[in-house]
Amino acid sequence: MNLIRYFATDRYAVYVWGSYSVTFVLLAGELFMLWKRKRKIAGRDNPGLDDRESQFETSLQESQ
Amino acid sequence: MSKHRINWYKYAAPANFYPLAGKMIPVFAIPAAILFVVGLYVGFFVAPTDAVQGESYRILFIHVPAAWMGMFLYVLMAVYAGIGWAFNARLASMMATAIATTGAIFTFISLVTGSLWGRPAWGVWWVWDARLTSTLILLFLYIGFISLQSSIDDWRRADRAGAVLALVGVVNVPIIYFSVQWWNSLHQGATITKSSFKMAPSMAAAMLILLGACWLYSIAVVLVRVRYIIREREQEAPWLAEATA
Repeated sequence: MNLIRYFATDRYAVYVWGSYSVTFVLLAGELFMLWKRKRKIAGRDNPGLDDRESQFETSLQESQ
Repeated sequence: MSKHRINWYKYAAPANFYPLAGKMIPVFAIPAAILFVVGLYVGFFVAPTDAVQGESYRILFIHVPAAWMGMFLYVLMAVYAGIGWAFNARLASMMATAIATTGAIFTFISLVTGSLWGRPAWGVWWVWDARLTSTLILLFLYIGFISLQSSIDDWRRADRAGAVLALVGVVNVPIIYFSVQWWNSLHQGATITKSSFKMAPSMAAAMLILLGACWLYSIAVVLVRVRYIIREREQEAPWLAEATA
């Protein structure tokens, strides 16, 4: 199957791509939420971590 | 037979399970990513166009695994919740909590992809058919479980309340599975049975590879989540400070 031709012409394309898009957006969203949770836990366990990160970013901006 | 037997009960303790789970995550995550790529390749480039449904049938490669995962994960969640409740096993309750979100996502995916398949195949987005309605109830059960646990501050009470809901709701799973046999349904019957595969080998291969990918993905994600739950619930434990140092 030629994917580009199929994507452009097949009348079912919107349903097929819609299904796979929803699936991978939701799975990627789940991974993103897990990453956010990891950041939250890391921030709680190491309260200075955010401060150190912001200091690093500030010094990086100053050096530029 | 090996002289060294693994003491599996040892891993019922969060302190022992936490490092093991960390080591197991890449073992499941990497093959999951590979199987997703292989499954999509077989599904889109190897499997032929269906004589009746045209290209729209390719939705089933993700719809069927998602629907199965929604049911499997609910049963698994109920088993863990029941073990946690009956034996006061902390890790089992944490596993049930970790499974719920992934199960809810797969159930939601099965409903959305089913609707997107139903529109060209049946001419409607949704019907109040036994299979669809019972799957929607499954999604509500997941949401109820997650909401109930989130609304109770005390972990132990939250686990017990969630276990009751999970165990009561498990009766819905055989209803979903057998609904197409018990009632007149617009939804088609079982695609793969013990006696036959009602599809071309390459079509079945794409579906089964993506099912494997969904399983491995679920295991990896649940292991990641249960490690975070352990860190949240056992933050005062001395072993955790050593493990995360």
